[in-house]
Amino acid sequence: MDNKWDLVWSSLWPIVQGGLTGTVPLALASFVIGLVIALAVALMRLNRNRVLSAVGRFYVSVIRGTPLLVQLFVIFFGLPSVGIQLDPWPSAIIAFSLNVGGYAAEIIRAAILSVPKGQWEAAHTIGMSGSQTLRRIVLPQAARVSVPPLSNTFISLVKDTSLASLILVTELFRQAQQVAAFSQEFMVLYVEAAVVYWVFCTILSAGQSALEKRLDRYVAH
Amino acid sequence: MSPTEDAALLEVRGLRKAFGGHEVLKDIDLTVRRGSVLALIGPSGSGKTTVLRCLNGLETPDGGTVAVGGGLSVDFGAKVSRKELAALRDRSAMVFQHYNLFPHMTVLQNVIEGPVQVQKRPRAEVIAEAEQLLARVGLEGRSGSYPFELSGGQQQRVGIVRALALKPQLLLFDEPTSALDPELVGDVLTVIKELADEAWTMVIVTHELAFARQVADEVIFMDGGVVVERGHPDTVLRDPAEERTRQFVHRLLNPF
Repeated sequence: MDNKWDLVWSSLWPIVQGGLTGTVPLALASFVIGLVIALAVALMRLNRNRVLSAVGRFYVSVIRGTPLLVQLFVIFFGLPSVGIQLDPWPSAIIAFSLNVGGYAAEIIRAAILSVPKGQWEAAHTIGMSGSQTLRRIVLPQAARVSVPPLSNTFISLVKDTSLASLILVTELFRQAQQVAAFSQEFMVLYVEAAVVYWVFCTILSAGQSALEKRLDRYVAH
Repeated sequence: MSPTEDAALLEVRGLRKAFGGHEVLKDIDLTVRRGSVLALIGPSGSGKTTVLRCLNGLETPDGGTVAVGGGLSVDFGAKVSRKELAALRDRSAMVFQHYNLFPHMTVLQNVIEGPVQVQKRPRAEVIAEAEQLLARVGLEGRSGSYPFELSGGQQQRVGIVRALALKPQLLLFDEPTSALDPELVGDVLTVIKELADEAWTMVIVTHELAFARQVADEVIFMDGGVVVERGHPDTVLRDPAEERTRQFVHRLLNPF
């Protein structure tokens, strides 16, 4: 029994380190890029131009209709056969960003639609352009609505980055796998990895609550 | 040409607008002299709000001309450029039935948003003016509040100040007191009355007939997308020539 606890303690830092240098930056970078893609796709879908809106719809449909693991493999193992060779990290960031882009696009689109028409009209009457209205009036209000669902997306993403271990990115789960393969203590190490993920996600949930509180300051309670 | 008391600030000719085959405005003419107040009354669906919305580009008319101030006349029968529409919009400011304040901004931010972000005027100067205007409508000390912290009447007064801060030539009011609790209506009407006394040029869509009689220089009664009757408030509201006007006024004064 002592042996197992020793193993837990000695493997804890490598696993947490894998989380801090792999999982967290991978999730953060993918989320930020994913949000930019999502905003662009949401605006395409809301555009009166039918072609743009159809392209946006198609993108969301492909991302949501195919497994993330398949998307990751197409980029890392598939693209080299058409001459595009990417390292594990860029492959993972591209795959996760595109994936987040698809899911978050629908959240952002719905959040933009939830802002009352009167807000657009008031902005118009004070002379604002469409993009000014979006930036200063609509998106700040949409942000408040979209924090809970976007937090969901982010927390899912943090866990989904474990898939990157399959294309040899050194992150939390891959560290656990390596120690497990060496020590043959699969139960101990995979439960340990699970606990570390859980702690990470709990911290994120706390961050979500703080952000919601901040954005709620202009709403009646 | 210098503007004189009698010069028309707003001149609308042959205004037409249809929504999907349904004609809501059929050939509307109206003139508002500089410094005078026009009240638009009529049953819901009569087109009075649509007239107002056509005046600052919230709706694009299908035909007719709108001229505001000197030198700007937009002919909606022809192709209208974005620039013309923007120029038309910038000459007026709108006060909405449901206030439409920006909920994520404080009172002061709501008021200075247009002058600072759109008109690019110096922030400090705009803030000083805004504080003055807020004090004038009885909202001193509230500039840091968010809209949800204010009563409906206070929110609507912020809406009015937001419009004034743009320094428009023409003020448009779309049923400014219809969403208010009865005991709050008076405060807002008092503010509008003061603006009339200061010779602001205004078009007011309203159901408050007593108020219209008090502030308006002319009343237009609309029904079914046409002007049924127009004239001095005392005539239109007390002794109308048209049967439809008589019925409407009677119904509003005697709801039961």
